[in-house]
Amino acid sequence: MRIACPLCGERDRREFYYKGAALVRPAEGADLETWHEHVNLRENPAGPLDELWYHELGCGSWLKVTRNTATHEILDVELASEAGLGGEK
Amino acid sequence: MRLPGKGLNQGAKPVTFGFNGRHMMGLEGDTLASALLANDVHLMGRSFKYHRPRGVLTAGSEEPNALVTIGTGGEQDPNIRATQQEVFEGLEARSQNCWPSVERDVMAVNDLAAPFFTAGFYYKTFMWPAAFWEKLYEPMIRNAAGLGALSGEADRDTYEKAFAFCDVLVIGSGPAGLMAALTAGRAGADVILAEEDSRMGGRLLAEREEIGGKPGHAWAAEVLAELEAMDNVRLMTRTAVTGAYDQGTYGALERVSHHLPRRHSLRGSHLPRECFWRIAAKHAVLAAGAIERPVAFRNNDRPGIMMAGAVRAYLNRWGVAPGERVTLFANNDQAHRTARDLHDAGVHIAAVIDSRHDAPVDGPYQVIKGAQVCGSAGRQRIESITVRSVKGEEKVQTDCLAMSGGWNPSVHLTCHLNSRPQWNREALAFVPAEGAVPGMVTAGACNGTFSTAGALREGAEAAGKVVEALGLKSAAADLPDAEDDPYRIAALWAVPGKGRAWLDFQNDVTVKDVKQAAVENFRSVEHMKRYTTQGMATDQGKNSNVAALAVLADATGRTIPETGTTTFRPPFVPVSIGAMGAGAVDEGLKPQRFLTSHGESDTRGAHQLEVGLWYRAAYYPKPGETNWRQSCDREVTLVRNAVGICDVSTLGKIDIQGADAGKFLDFLYTNTFSTLKVGKVRYGLMLREDGFVMDDGTTARLGETHFVMTTTTAAAGQVMAHMEFVSQVLHPEWDVRFASVTEQWAQFAVAGPKSQELLNGLLDEDVNSGTWPFMGCGEATVLGVKGRLFRISFSGEHAYEIAVPARFGAALFRELLKRAEAMGGGVYGMEALNVLRIEKGLITHAEINGTVTAFDLGLQGMMSKKKAFLGKAMSTREGLMAEDRMRMVGLKPVGAAKEITAGAHLFTPGDPVERIYDQGYVTSAGYSPTVGHPIGLAFLKEGPDRIGETVRLVDHMRGVDTLCEVVSPVFFDPEGGRARG
Amino acid sequence: MAELTAKSPCDGLLPVTIGGMSLTEEQPGNMWIVAPFKEQQDALSKALESAHGMAFPAVNRTTGKAGSRAVWFGRDMALLMGPVPDAKLGKHAALTDQSDAWAVVKLDGNGAEDVLARLVPVDLRPQVFKRRYTVRTELKHMMASVTRTGPQALQILVFRSMAKTLVHDLKTAMEAVAARG
Repeated sequence: MRIACPLCGERDRREFYYKGAALVRPAEGADLETWHEHVNLRENPAGPLDELWYHELGCGSWLKVTRNTATHEILDVELASEAGLGGEK
Repeated sequence: MRLPGKGLNQGAKPVTFGFNGRHMMGLEGDTLASALLANDVHLMGRSFKYHRPRGVLTAGSEEPNALVTIGTGGEQDPNIRATQQEVFEGLEARSQNCWPSVERDVMAVNDLAAPFFTAGFYYKTFMWPAAFWEKLYEPMIRNAAGLGALSGEADRDTYEKAFAFCDVLVIGSGPAGLMAALTAGRAGADVILAEEDSRMGGRLLAEREEIGGKPGHAWAAEVLAELEAMDNVRLMTRTAVTGAYDQGTYGALERVSHHLPRRHSLRGSHLPRECFWRIAAKHAVLAAGAIERPVAFRNNDRPGIMMAGAVRAYLNRWGVAPGERVTLFANNDQAHRTARDLHDAGVHIAAVIDSRHDAPVDGPYQVIKGAQVCGSAGRQRIESITVRSVKGEEKVQTDCLAMSGGWNPSVHLTCHLNSRPQWNREALAFVPAEGAVPGMVTAGACNGTFSTAGALREGAEAAGKVVEALGLKSAAADLPDAEDDPYRIAALWAVPGKGRAWLDFQNDVTVKDVKQAAVENFRSVEHMKRYTTQGMATDQGKNSNVAALAVLADATGRTIPETGTTTFRPPFVPVSIGAMGAGAVDEGLKPQRFLTSHGESDTRGAHQLEVGLWYRAAYYPKPGETNWRQSCDREVTLVRNAVGICDVSTLGKIDIQGADAGKFLDFLYTNTFSTLKVGKVRYGLMLREDGFVMDDGTTARLGETHFVMTTTTAAAGQVMAHMEFVSQVLHPEWDVRFASVTEQWAQFAVAGPKSQELLNGLLDEDVNSGTWPFMGCGEATVLGVKGRLFRISFSGEHAYEIAVPARFGAALFRELLKRAEAMGGGVYGMEALNVLRIEKGLITHAEINGTVTAFDLGLQGMMSKKKAFLGKAMSTREGLMAEDRMRMVGLKPVGAAKEITAGAHLFTPGDPVERIYDQGYVTSAGYSPTVGHPIGLAFLKEGPDRIGETVRLVDHMRGVDTLCEVVSPVFFDPEGGRARG
Repeated sequence: MAELTAKSPCDGLLPVTIGGMSLTEEQPGNMWIVAPFKEQQDALSKALESAHGMAFPAVNRTTGKAGSRAVWFGRDMALLMGPVPDAKLGKHAALTDQSDAWAVVKLDGNGAEDVLARLVPVDLRPQVFKRRYTVRTELKHMMASVTRTGPQALQILVFRSMAKTLVHDLKTAMEAVAARG
């Protein structure tokens, strides 16, 4: 498996660490139910899924990788810093 | 028998080799199989289940029968295919699965009991009684299982792993592969051409046909010479591409030194046995060719019965005739070349039997049309066959039967990403589905195109597509003239009749077994496979799977495409574990991290401990100390009474700078750091988003916008990734930068009542509690070297941590020890460090075990109510603050056994020792020389409310069962006066 | 008064020469991480230019020359090798001393790329990985920085504490490459 890091270029998956689904963080002060959903509940689609990968042994960027879980095709990679995952501040 | 003047190995050097102790001559360039056939040895092994005598069937990596063992002891390699193993001077090979010899094998009695070992034998036989499973059946099955055996000794060979990159990976070097490589190479693409054989050329080495007016092998040699001269082309022989993976990654196994005398590959000579390549290719051209399939008929497994294409390969490439009186049995035109080539070489053709009424007649020998071979006879070599035709049955004397049921395209790699091959009705074969593997195009026989002209054309076209996709210019393909015969074939899978007709030679699966599976309702091809073990041997049924599913289709009244194939999975050829794990032995297993103090600790005889990747001194035995506890007790005491030195450089240290550094730390930690004064240190607690504790440590403020954080050794990498996550993903708007400085600084704890005195002999400017109060920090010059000084304590003593650039670490450590020893103190290791912190109730990752909350640790007061922090929302969940949670306490033994062990569980005295009565568990324990008895930290239900109560401690692992008193987790100096003073 | 003697990361481990390739420890002098603050990269690049005569390097590239070089070192980060960064840079970037944090070695000679092909999952062949090119990657499980410093010369950095493993892994690969002839 290879991931095209927006900074480093295409790299072998061994340089990356996988975190899980890329979700927008709830606003501070959101109710517990919302937090529970954010922390514990996950979609499990057979198809495109936004994921967080960390280019740990490369440039150190967190990436939002859109990957088809059924074919393993990587549809999109962007810097997580530009993906608006921090939620309302 | 070697035919003079035949073969491509004219003038090759003779070599002596041994097979089962018998020494023979071969020629350089021979495989073990061709060399044995040249010496008229057909019997090469015994089959798996029935120990039937077997000879070589093929001339390639698909060989099911001719598996041998090479080497002994730590160099023993089993299941080596004689069809791939090259002979060399001194090669010693031996047959497998036979005793005392391949000719007289005791276990051949299994063959007589054959009716007993039918499909599903294991499932029917080894079921009852259950008590026999482990004691009788399993050892019995294990003893019988497998073909070749390992020696049981450690592998003495070396292996390697490597990475390669290219624009185009061409897999296979037959006409399609060579044409593809040539087209791509000429266009300037970066090409790797991988061939599993020792010599490139594929079928062109095995056939007598012309390309562009010259012999095929000569054309191949010219193309290879041109490719070799190109800087942008890399030729890899003896390299089998084993798997296709995501985004154009391919695995490949190179046999680096199997063809060389053993001394070349032993440790010390450095030449690896094998290399496992990971090839990242933008595009791939699969030109893997095809594998000929046998026909199932009664006793079709006798030595001397071989694939027709393999017979041609032995004749045309190696100049070996596998018999003197050869017969051919086929259902397709192409196979007739075998009779033609042998006849032209002067070998007698006893008969050609073709199942088709319209079979061609290519030579002056008997061709029996519309006929089938329905049996064979002979002992350890075929002597005759029985031919059935409209005229009835007749016996034909023969010492070699060449057979061909057509060809199966090698679609394997196209299926590794979950694609299924498609049935081609004309070719009677499965061919790759379009776009099966992104970036891969197929060409030639693996695509179901069996003529040489077709292979050349598809090879050029495939490469043309790739070249275009790469944005390169391709020269117009000039395709040389070549054989362009149509592929004529009629279906023939199994000849009807009594007796055992073999499908899977390696696993001894017959037509009857497959039919039996269908009768017992194992109708799915995947079920049939597992029930009969069809295709589950080391050759993975490369010869036989398609015929087996044709038989299943017939037995279940379905078509072949309806029945479908089993799943093709990597690897295409067996890959040794040694190659997969190459380099991961001894020091190569994982990185080792050494402290700057390591050498000095070693000199002092320290017992080293692996902590993650780090090596840390556990304790430093003194003369006369006979066990670790004596050393540990002494080291604890010297810290409490004088001064101790300990290397604490393994703690993660992260430099944090930027205008928003304070804001960032406030969000990261549960407590506030933006209010921390420059020159001060604060203890902080970090939560995960789910509200549980992630890590703890101290953070020092070195400047208005400059902090340095310490993490636990265990969580250093995790915390760095977490900080990057928070800064990049959650708060990209904050201006903050990080850098790990763990490796920059050698940092030593100087702990104990004499620590200040010791330091004042070293520092350029003296320190005192006024200038360096508890939790103070700043720069300090140590013997002329600029360093950092932190007044922090993990022991409860008046203590400092002093940091210098790592290059001075070794020198400073020695200097500190010298001075400490002069003051009645000395060095202490991890064991003492652990006891010191347990005495103070300070936590490590033994306590921060992922299930623990700030509340459990009694640190709920550190969770700020005034600000947001990561994990805050979830930490307020009711269950995370419940009174009856297991919460941290101290333990002190009061029972008969004065022992506390980490991992022990706690029960209320009187309750049964059962899981549902579990009250908690011990996380840390040790003997405290300071308080004079064992102490422990534990998590206990309603813990802090039960101080003074007695609990029962049970450790089944170590056989401890005793009573303990619940006490405060701080065993020593609860007011903390020693550290502050 | 006692003095503290300095020890280099590969002390006692190098140099080694195997099959026409040499592995030596480099003495790069100072090494500082220069990490531009938000929206300060251009200003930093100018300051770097005027103070040290080199621009802030682009991703996967180096600037400067031997003895005074800026090596791209990851996201928003360069490693200044040689000089102590001018104090003026501090206005635009976080400056962190790393002079003792990395083992720095040079692998030189015919076959150097073949050696690294056994350890590093990145294409380092000269036609692809040219002069002034650098990568952050792994070297057999170790976080590494690899820079081309000559036609057959590559500079490799791993954490100081892993120096022994680095030398072991490089030596093993050098021996295997040399044995193939």
